[in-house]
Amino acid sequence: MTFQLNAEHEALRAMVREFADREIVPNAAQWDRDHHFPVDVVHKMGDLGLLGAAFDEEYGGGGGDFLSVCIAIEEIGRADQSMGITLEAAVGLGINPIANFGTSEQKARWLPDLFAGRTLAAFGLTEPGGGSDAAGATRTRAVLDGDEWVINGSKSFITNSGTEITSVITVTAITGDEEISAIIVPAGTPGLIVEPAYEKLGWHASDTHGLVFDDCRVPAENLLGERGRGFHQFLATLDDGRIAVGALSVGLIQACLDLALEYSLEREAFGRPIAANQGLAFQLADLDVALEAARLLTYKAAALKDAGLPIKQAAARAKLYASEAAVSATRVLTQVLGGYGFMEEGPAARFYRDAKILEIGEGTSEILRLVISRGLGLPVV
Amino acid sequence: MKIVVCVKQIPDPASPYQLDPESYFVVRPNDQVLDDTDRYGVEVALQLSDELGEDASVTLLSMSPGGSQQGIRQALAMGADGAILIEDETLRGADALTTSQILAAAATRAEADLLIAGTESTDGYTGVVPQQVAEIMGVPALTFARKVEHVDGKLRIERQTQAGYDVVEGALPAVLSVTSGVVEPRYPTFKGIMQAKSKPVETLTAADLGVTAKVSQKIVSVEEVEGRQAGDIIEDDGEGYLRIIEKLEEVKVV
Repeated sequence: MTFQLNAEHEALRAMVREFADREIVPNAAQWDRDHHFPVDVVHKMGDLGLLGAAFDEEYGGGGGDFLSVCIAIEEIGRADQSMGITLEAAVGLGINPIANFGTSEQKARWLPDLFAGRTLAAFGLTEPGGGSDAAGATRTRAVLDGDEWVINGSKSFITNSGTEITSVITVTAITGDEEISAIIVPAGTPGLIVEPAYEKLGWHASDTHGLVFDDCRVPAENLLGERGRGFHQFLATLDDGRIAVGALSVGLIQACLDLALEYSLEREAFGRPIAANQGLAFQLADLDVALEAARLLTYKAAALKDAGLPIKQAAARAKLYASEAAVSATRVLTQVLGGYGFMEEGPAARFYRDAKILEIGEGTSEILRLVISRGLGLPVV
Repeated sequence: MKIVVCVKQIPDPASPYQLDPESYFVVRPNDQVLDDTDRYGVEVALQLSDELGEDASVTLLSMSPGGSQQGIRQALAMGADGAILIEDETLRGADALTTSQILAAAATRAEADLLIAGTESTDGYTGVVPQQVAEIMGVPALTFARKVEHVDGKLRIERQTQAGYDVVEGALPAVLSVTSGVVEPRYPTFKGIMQAKSKPVETLTAADLGVTAKVSQKIVSVEEVEGRQAGDIIEDDGEGYLRIIEKLEEVKVV
């Protein structure tokens, strides 16, 4: 066991890092201030092959592994969490359900443009009445009327659902007694109402909307995969997504450590660099350990997925640990930078605001502890 | 058209270079990166090749200890079709002329219509190799190109000069050296990276090329560069600008 990435993974990391340093880092603060979603970054990520990296070459994917996607998300997330979640959601929530459960017609219709970054897909699961209890709280209904599904209900916090290039939203809905199915709704379908963008604490350059379905009609063949498999489909989708959010968190921890190291060696107090103080240096040592642990948990979960092995526990561990470590990392970074860390002129304040959601989206820390507890065989309710 | 591009693998400039204490050669780690200035040559080649379509191919040419071939894979991932690597212990410490003889022989063997190189390497900086290769091959040298066009089977370049640029034309086959900034090098794509590992890399020795390496230079000593001196601080008493102008004149920038 060598814990070495292969040459292609390292080459991918170098490529994505250079792209992010040149095209995202110089603009991230401005996009954040303006709440601007830079659609050209999605096009460019598509050109680089990041969106389709792990998917079938038949539809224009890269034929690579899931670990590659995680490395790309980590490196984009190191530059900017908004663009990191844009990539993560585009792949993990947008493309993944269609690629995994779609019919060949559905794949052929949607995937080539999604892989190329010409369009984005979103996944509508969470509702106003419940996020963690997605199955029990689902109120959105789809009724088959002749050869059309008629959808009524609403969805909350849906990433990439209202961009100018959003082409399609996969929505979970009740389709019968104790039956949840996923249905593909093309953007622009009458009765699909995309609400104004949320005012969020962080992720300002990421696109998030509430959705309303008001007698929204789509053809019967827009059912994703099998009827009644919606619950199973979104659980599988979320397991993958948790590993990817782990990677997004790893990128943030790395960014915090890099910046904290640089600043603490330059900044002097009492005639010496502040890094010479054990009270500070030891915090950075802890940050280094947290980064390594978060990265290993995430890569291991990704490697298990690539090997076709069960990932539920590993994905939950990776996301739980990495996201909580990322929140801590932003707190340490802000403290190291002192007053500057509280100012919006540097990236630390943005990182601080962006971190908290990592402990919430795609499985709260509480749900992840529940998953892990149950995996241990505990009769926890 | 067969385009051959000279690329060099160098130790990562982001990490400090080590010198061998006896030979004073740069210690070359197993993982070396593509010399950044060579990416411009690769991009020019790929653009010409894209323009010419299926009749064109891009082959990389590198003389260096191969190591993990990381730097060569980088250029292959950008889209080059294959590579020729000249790896030979007798070439260790080769001077510019020997290097040029090897590259010229390899380019001739590959039947290159066009050999592209950067103007100079980032680790050696001799800046004479492209011209020497052209001389040895007996073909025109179009050097310091800041813009390259392929017109009617000829190359037309804008040759960077101190005052501006000259327009230079040359018939093929030819050697072309390009400046940094001639084009914007593309990023490798994910697919390019995945495909790079299965692209052919032919490994040759000096003997394969019929060249006997004669290493005619020896580094006899090296010295530390003097550290940078602290700058002068001019305090403005209302006429500080005069002293700044004086300083600028002293260093001949105005």
